Amino acid sequence: MSKKKGGFWNRRRKTLFFIGAATVYLTTALVMGLLTAPERYGIDYSARFVPPCFAHPFGTDDMGRDMFFRSVKGLSNSIVIGILASIVSSLIALVFGVTAAVRGGVVDRFVNWCVDLCMGIPHLILLILISFMMGKGGKGVMTAVALTHWPELTRLVRAEVLQIRSEQYVQASYRMGKTWFQAAREHMIPQVIPVYLIGVILLFPHAIMHEAAVTFLGFGFPAEVPAIGVILSESMKHITTGKWWMAVFPGLMLLLAVALFDVAGENLKRLMNPNSGNE
Amino acid sequence: MKKFFMTVLRMITLLAAISIIAFLMMEKAPIDPLTAYVGTNSTISEEAKQEIAEYWGLNEPPLERFFTWAGNTLRGDFGNSIVYKQPVLTVIGERFRYSLALMMTAWLCSGILGFFLGIAAAVYRDSILDKTIKMICLIFQSAPTFWVGLLMLSIFAVNLGWFPIGLAAPMGKLASEVTLGERIHHLILPSITLSILGIGKITLYTRQKLLEILNSEFILYAKARGESIWQIVKRHGIKNIAIPAVTVQFASFSELFGGIALAESVFSYPGIGSALTAAGLGGDVPLLLGIAVFSAVFVFAGNLIANILYGVIDPRIREGNSHE
Repeated sequence: MSKKKGGFWNRRRKTLFFIGAATVYLTTALVMGLLTAPERYGIDYSARFVPPCFAHPFGTDDMGRDMFFRSVKGLSNSIVIGILASIVSSLIALVFGVTAAVRGGVVDRFVNWCVDLCMGIPHLILLILISFMMGKGGKGVMTAVALTHWPELTRLVRAEVLQIRSEQYVQASYRMGKTWFQAAREHMIPQVIPVYLIGVILLFPHAIMHEAAVTFLGFGFPAEVPAIGVILSESMKHITTGKWWMAVFPGLMLLLAVALFDVAGENLKRLMNPNSGNE
Repeated sequence: MKKFFMTVLRMITLLAAISIIAFLMMEKAPIDPLTAYVGTNSTISEEAKQEIAEYWGLNEPPLERFFTWAGNTLRGDFGNSIVYKQPVLTVIGERFRYSLALMMTAWLCSGILGFFLGIAAAVYRDSILDKTIKMICLIFQSAPTFWVGLLMLSIFAVNLGWFPIGLAAPMGKLASEVTLGERIHHLILPSITLSILGIGKITLYTRQKLLEILNSEFILYAKARGESIWQIVKRHGIKNIAIPAVTVQFASFSELFGGIALAESVFSYPGIGSALTAAGLGGDVPLLLGIAVFSAVFVFAGNLIANILYGVIDPRIREGNSHE
């Protein structure tokens, strides 16, 4: 089955390309969003419902706000949440996964139980519950997204550490009087870093998608904050009258962000796996 | 059998924990159910407010309220929904019928179509067909459900006018007069939207698994015996990928439940998902709790069915179970 795949685009180059594209897209959206002055998407009643044109590439909405700058600002808000969620969730996953695998026994069972608990309830409902608890708004959605993305990564990290745990060099370090914490820090965590990083990259798109979904349903950012979820839920009111551009472009921007990270992460995973690394 | 009981036991502890955590969350929520019920700018008197609070038992301490709630729940009484002014179970039961129709159509469509698309992509690996399928699946996987719903609405309902814009039945018609055809007509767009959510995952997964199997030695031997590619897939491929594919499809129950919340709010479809949104936005704690517990049971049922199906599909697992 090993067909020789010649040409310039082998998996390594493709992966590099997607990582590059994802990073460029991310930083551009983030920087543009942070630098855009609110006046750029200010209210202008003389330009209501303008279809996409040169001055307004994404058109304008019912209050004459420029959809392009609103969408960029919204995406950068989502990205900030996504980064935060990736950091918090992946740290929880690292601590839980390593501790569970190294300590075993009751700790392991407890962590597994927590993972099952978190996965036993549909993710979106869990997000809504947490956001509801925090009083909705930006704080609510941020907490909800940051605290609920760790179960899958915990399982991955745990499985990885379980394999390393019985390695000779780990056993040797125990015999030399290292505590489990030292052994985990010096010998196991460095080994799981590749899996962990890929997990973080794959976690990020989920986080921004969930942020948009929760906001869309009305449990996230309030209506005055530009966010993809808010924009799309507003566009729902105008879509019946044929204002298609209000929904199409903001969603497309979100889709592009999610897809780029997904593809980059998947390719990286394939590359790291020795069975498919040199395809 | 022992394994089965262990799973059920585990489920019960999880459900109990979910109820407790969900209740604590609601307790912590800064949204006052009373204010949510009467509205922030209502002119209702202080006594009347007290009366309502008394009626719902809002004045009792949290722990007591939890036990009242848990006790009632165990007897099958989830309390009354504030938004719909009906018992929670009635609301869930009524709306779940709509949601179930939606979810099952979408689930079957995405499962069957995804499975065959995955096989086709793996058999014609690296062809244009494979690349197209892969590309479409990647896009479907990354597309936000509610956005897909909006696009569907804008293209097929608004511009082409093929389908109604929302709801589960034509407006202004009595429930008894709605025909099955009309119901299906209203069901098509939301269920396509939901299918798109699930199809990417199952297709890519099937493709990946089948590729792994097609690369193994016994397939090489089968080829050497002169079996054609379709014979190989039929005799050796499907048997080996059926279990993982079924697992993935049943595990998607959780995403499906989240998906209906989004799809139903786009299409204003009166199912359990829109009830969830209404409950959350209206501060309707009993209904929110009821749906949360219900969704956990639903997800668990999906996993349990998958576990039982293993035995049906794979005799080896069945054997292993009976020897325990």
